[in-house]
Amino acid sequence: MSVGFVMLVHTALDRAEQVARHWARHDCPVVIHVDRKVKRRDHAAFVEALSDLDNVRFSQRFSCEWGTWSLVEASQAASELLLKEFAEVRHVFLASGSCLPLRPVQELKDYLAERPMTNFIESVTTVDVPWTVGGLDEERFTLRFPFSWKRQRHLFDAYVHLQRRLNINRKIPDGLVPHLGSQWWCLTRQTLTAILEDPDRASYDRYFSKVWIPDESYYQTLVRLYSTNIESRSLTLSKFDFQGKPHIFYDDHMQLLRRSDCFVARKIWPHADKLYDGFLSEDATIVTGAEPNPGKIDRIFSKAVERRTKGRPGLYMQSRFPNEGWENGPTSAPYAVFEGFAELFEDFDDWLTRMVGARVHGHLFGPDRVEFAGGQKVFAGALSDSAELRDYNPHAFLTSLIWNTRGERQCFQYGPRDTQDISWFLAKDPNAAISVISGAWAVPLFYSNANFSDIRKQAARLQKIEAEHLDALKSFYAKARVRIWTLADFVENPMEPLQTIIDELGNRTSHRLTEAPRMVSLDGFGQFLQNLKNQGMHPHLMGDFPVSNLVAHDRKKPRKPYLVN
Amino acid sequence: MSTLRNERVRLPFFLDYYRRLGVNHFIFVDNDSDDGSRAFLTDQPDVSVWATNASYKRARFGVDWLNWLARKHAHGHWVLTVDPDEFFVYPFSDTRNLRALTDWLDASSIKSFGAMLLDMYPKGTLDAQPYREGQDPFEIASWFDSGNYMISKNPRFGNLWIQGGPRARAFFPDNPARAPALNKIPLVKWHRAYTYVSSTHNLLPRGLNLVYDEWGGEKASGVLLHAKFLSTFADKAEEELERRQHYAASHEYRAYAEKLKDNPDLWCKWSEKYINWRQLEILGLMSKGNWA
Repeated sequence: MSVGFVMLVHTALDRAEQVARHWARHDCPVVIHVDRKVKRRDHAAFVEALSDLDNVRFSQRFSCEWGTWSLVEASQAASELLLKEFAEVRHVFLASGSCLPLRPVQELKDYLAERPMTNFIESVTTVDVPWTVGGLDEERFTLRFPFSWKRQRHLFDAYVHLQRRLNINRKIPDGLVPHLGSQWWCLTRQTLTAILEDPDRASYDRYFSKVWIPDESYYQTLVRLYSTNIESRSLTLSKFDFQGKPHIFYDDHMQLLRRSDCFVARKIWPHADKLYDGFLSEDATIVTGAEPNPGKIDRIFSKAVERRTKGRPGLYMQSRFPNEGWENGPTSAPYAVFEGFAELFEDFDDWLTRMVGARVHGHLFGPDRVEFAGGQKVFAGALSDSAELRDYNPHAFLTSLIWNTRGERQCFQYGPRDTQDISWFLAKDPNAAISVISGAWAVPLFYSNANFSDIRKQAARLQKIEAEHLDALKSFYAKARVRIWTLADFVENPMEPLQTIIDELGNRTSHRLTEAPRMVSLDGFGQFLQNLKNQGMHPHLMGDFPVSNLVAHDRKKPRKPYLVN
Repeated sequence: MSTLRNERVRLPFFLDYYRRLGVNHFIFVDNDSDDGSRAFLTDQPDVSVWATNASYKRARFGVDWLNWLARKHAHGHWVLTVDPDEFFVYPFSDTRNLRALTDWLDASSIKSFGAMLLDMYPKGTLDAQPYREGQDPFEIASWFDSGNYMISKNPRFGNLWIQGGPRARAFFPDNPARAPALNKIPLVKWHRAYTYVSSTHNLLPRGLNLVYDEWGGEKASGVLLHAKFLSTFADKAEEELERRQHYAASHEYRAYAEKLKDNPDLWCKWSEKYINWRQLEILGLMSKGNWA
């Protein structure tokens, strides 16, 4: 009862030697295939270095290239040699030169001895694998691949394309159901000899020699013909990145590899001295007897794939600058925009701060400076209050602000007096909750001391700007959560909309609002609008505001600042 | 690879830092130093020095010199091109040396690696804590701006153009367009057909400038910690202004000289104190990409 290793080696021969020696010293025969491309001198030195071990052999050399049949040929030849020369071998373990054993050899031997008939080989049907490279899964088996993917990419792609157009469909040999899986397996003598000594092997080999990446499908498919005792998993821990390249392990993965309880891991960086010293030392005999548990490692590698493909939403930085529409969310967190509220209520900022657990800014895009909460000159992430800096790249300003304050909801005021370059961005951002009292920009004009002709000009300008902004908010492209009230409607019944807004922001207490912000007096505002009309300007965004002081008629006394339900 | 002029006091720490990261050989162009920099470098076993008295400006701010040396000596090698006040930090740089990074880049068929310039500054005025030779400059200049950077795409070369940080905030608040570029691509698997165009901000062929992902993902990237704002800065700024050898009619240095009169403090209560690369990763200034 024993296990023997077949090792495919092409670089880092010194490390391969170390690992082969480790196995051989623990009474596991090793047959090594050295890539034909390794220089003769290096090969000779490698053979010489291992010549003191009588249970190490070298098999016939093939020139190997990723994705091609040569890798299967190499493993066939080496396996045959191992089975022939070492009759006591019961399990054959296929490994590469960059594999590293993580647990004592004796543990692996015990583990396999308890499962003498089990074949450990990942083997799943093509419909079940999500991880194929280049979009070829089913077609691996039905097209021909005579060109190298690495060296002759154009020919490779053109030939695939041509075969698709000609509807070429290779016949899969009778009785075979294509299966795929990790190329690193551990098979029993019985199963492996059945594959290698099959009378039909020549025809199978002929077929698989034109299959794409046959080392991931040859044994994985044929094993299904001869054995029912298959554990469809690899004993070798091997993780792949989003392009199908294996992740590499370094010294800082030591603890992670220890805790994985896997028997063998690949690929190891050849200069990871601590890993090689640690795992190959004789005193590394912590016997756990545990089942391999690669799940612990899976997490960090699947996170890496996600980071590389999806990234952190709302982050714009030197190595993540998504094209429009590819941001996975233009900003990193929800925020609220208020338009017209600060104009209509005297103390809206303070009131909102008291009502919700959020940071309430003034007009962040104000014309003179950035009105950060509390009048700060610099804010989170060292954002400056300079309007020039902000307007140089308003998108960057807003996305940075939201990113810098992750974990704290941001609210700010906005209006037609502010920088409008951000208008469409706000409208298209699903994270934005925008509440608008349209026409409220006229209230400060009503209170201003300017000449009426200037006021009229201002009103016309601001109304045009706000109309454009509202068009954006109402457009087909808008993704923000938008609520718009006309000034007239809002003044009619302010509590209900305020309650809705506070509820959506998640107020501190779930009670009904007991305190309303203080509304400025609008006595005479209707007449003010009428005056604008009389001057030939049509203020339409405020809604139907009565000329006579209807609002004032209802309430003879000044508005009460507090409203108690 | 580096060009320098009168940086003697910085060199010991610089060489130490990069030797520890695993740099095998240094190439310097000494532009007319008179402070002993050249003699010091010549004494080092792993340094090659070229010397010139020619105009820095006419060599397109030193880029021509470095391009030529890279072409002659760096073909097929990974080359890190930094100024003597730039210190490269990359994912896992505390546990994996440069060889690990370049091996991974090779295996991933990546030919260039981005690392934006992160301006570091002290708390308090620049002259409050004098820099001593051999000292880690980030013991003094240990603060940085974490989230006020502005990015746009350079349509001509395809690189990102990054501005912001304390220099935009303190020196160019009224004229942001003049704020210096912070995007850098310092690490390149050199080929003799490659060339840096404008400092290490961008290269040709243009594909080398695509160190960022455009489809939502993050590519791996690092940071160049910039130890510019030390006690040595005021003298340097004055000297450089006199020589008039810098980019865009030395506009940048004129802005510095203007503000330096008031002995500015770049620190603010939102400044971030440097801890390690993981902190920069979390803040979103650099990324591990799919290196794990």
